[in-house]
Amino acid sequence: MGYNCVVLVKQVPDTKRISGKVMNDDGTVNRSALPAIFNPEDLNAIETALQIKDKFTGRLVVISMGPPSAAAILRESLFRGADETILISDPGCAASDTLATSYILSCAVKKLDYDIVLCGRQAIDGDTAQVGPQLAEKLGITQISYVEELTELVGRTITVRRNIGNGWQQVKASLPVLLTVTSDANEPRVAAAKKMMKYKNALTPIEAEQKIKSENPQANSSEVKKLVERKCGELKEKGLLIKHWNLNDISADMTWCGQSGSPTKVHRIQSVVLAAKQSKEIQPTDEGIADMIHELIEDKTIA
Amino acid sequence: MIDVNRQGEVWVFAEQHNGKLEDTPLELMSKARRLADTLGVKLAAVLLGSDIKDLTIKLIQFGADKVYVVKHPLLQSYQTNSYAKVMLDLIHKHKPQIVLYGATVTGRDLAPRIASAAKAGLTADCTDLQIGDHKTAKDKKLHKNLLFQIRPAFGGNIIATIINLDRWPQMATVREGVMPMPEPDVTRQGEIVTENITITPEDLPLEILAEHKRPKKVDLKAARIIVAGGAGVGSRENFKLIWDLANCLGAAPAASRAAVDLGFIDRDHQVGQTGTTVRPSLYIAVGISGAIQHQAGMSQSQKIVAINNDPNAPIFQVAHYKIIGDLNGIVPKMIKTIKEKSIKEEMAINPVEALRLSNEVKV
Repeated sequence: MGYNCVVLVKQVPDTKRISGKVMNDDGTVNRSALPAIFNPEDLNAIETALQIKDKFTGRLVVISMGPPSAAAILRESLFRGADETILISDPGCAASDTLATSYILSCAVKKLDYDIVLCGRQAIDGDTAQVGPQLAEKLGITQISYVEELTELVGRTITVRRNIGNGWQQVKASLPVLLTVTSDANEPRVAAAKKMMKYKNALTPIEAEQKIKSENPQANSSEVKKLVERKCGELKEKGLLIKHWNLNDISADMTWCGQSGSPTKVHRIQSVVLAAKQSKEIQPTDEGIADMIHELIEDKTIA
Repeated sequence: MIDVNRQGEVWVFAEQHNGKLEDTPLELMSKARRLADTLGVKLAAVLLGSDIKDLTIKLIQFGADKVYVVKHPLLQSYQTNSYAKVMLDLIHKHKPQIVLYGATVTGRDLAPRIASAAKAGLTADCTDLQIGDHKTAKDKKLHKNLLFQIRPAFGGNIIATIINLDRWPQMATVREGVMPMPEPDVTRQGEIVTENITITPEDLPLEILAEHKRPKKVDLKAARIIVAGGAGVGSRENFKLIWDLANCLGAAPAASRAAVDLGFIDRDHQVGQTGTTVRPSLYIAVGISGAIQHQAGMSQSQKIVAINNDPNAPIFQVAHYKIIGDLNGIVPKMIKTIKEKSIKEEMAINPVEALRLSNEVKV
């Protein structure tokens, strides 16, 4: 038999490697200062799904909601062993908070056949850890968050160990379940060279269109349309088509998407300015250090 | 989702495990008390569990006007489904305007499930909460007395203030350790409201096979002095310098994420955005460059000493005392000085000994 896994992944700005100004003068986030990467714990979620697939067989579908450029992490998912990838991209997704995002993702996942849904514990841009549990609620399935080990999978029963902050707990549940996976769960495998050779040419229909347009600058729109259709047909045949779903494709109700579907709004965003404190430079000499320690004892900082 | 309810109470989810309250909801009480006072409404704690008898009094002493108690044998152990069901029933019945949770593993597991089912807003990991007004850009409508949910985002590089205009309750989880624990007032009186809610075994989809509590190796939040080492310390062996300095100061040893990732010390010791938030009297940062994520967890310290050989290290921007130089020379000097000072202090405490020594000097 085997298990069908769906993994939700996100392309995120690399908040740990920030170059230049994070905020534009108009208060928006300067995304160009932030290189885009595969959200780290989503790789652990994929690895868990791959281990299930390796051991029991089954199908692994990877879904990402984001701008067309998020296709990059779906290609990376193919390099690692995903069977199918789907990009959910639609202008109506813009400005979605976690509630709207989980609604949109739930509409997509409901179209698929799944036993286990997996997410990274949290994404490094927002660190909220909310989309996983909210998606589980929308799907009406059991959630197990902070999973640090997949212990056992027997028939329709899964046993995992989850982190509970000051220790761990081992829990058992019936499928289907949604797991959010932490970085302690495993060491994500590197991309397989063979798969990389094959899937580096995988494209979304949007990317295929861009490619056709740049290769055929003279073509009119109906010619482009025809060429894109043909190209997508070829890609699909070779298993190189990254599916693109818009909100219509997943039958999403627009009132629960984007701005209108998001109860939380931004009141204000401030750049963190680290005010220089009144500071004293201490010479790294015996006297300098002795004076400093003396001062700290005098003002009772050191008891 | 409930409608805007200006008379609604302010609620704190009183997380407890095995009859013991977590610190975070208690830390939250002083802030929640202020929010409730500003809004002129009651502050209520919501307590779910089985063996929870003595906890109601404690919650009142820490600032609650009211405690909603849901006691049921099936609530003995926390499970997402059963706890979410009870909370949702209570929210729909009493229509609180604000519901707050500690951003513990349990809080972060429970609150989003509730928010999703209630179709209400939720902001994660707040570091501050305030009451304020918001004018919508489109229709210039003024929304008064909203909960400002303040949190760092983009790895701590920005601070965002989030609001929820009309899909209430306004809900947030609040980071551990960012709010000081209030002093309990043993004379405080409050109301205890017992709620009956039906819970069946079907509400418990998990079977908890085993649980292992691992006491934290160090209590950074309670430490008066913290000595923290970073990647600059160089190795696990050399991290002994940090332990030694901490020992002679009676301080807690801590580390940056980089040092933890390099295996110099256990993760329990990590300070910063993804570790513990601390606010000691003295924070000594040794070989820590001071990435914004680290500063998010320690910049509230009363005094900061930074030692780094890079004069441009960002840690110096928040330091009161900067020492530019090699930590391998500086830390031993500090240890030596502190040991000497404490010997002198002992002499001061022991006049007979001091007298004997001074006599010897005279001779």
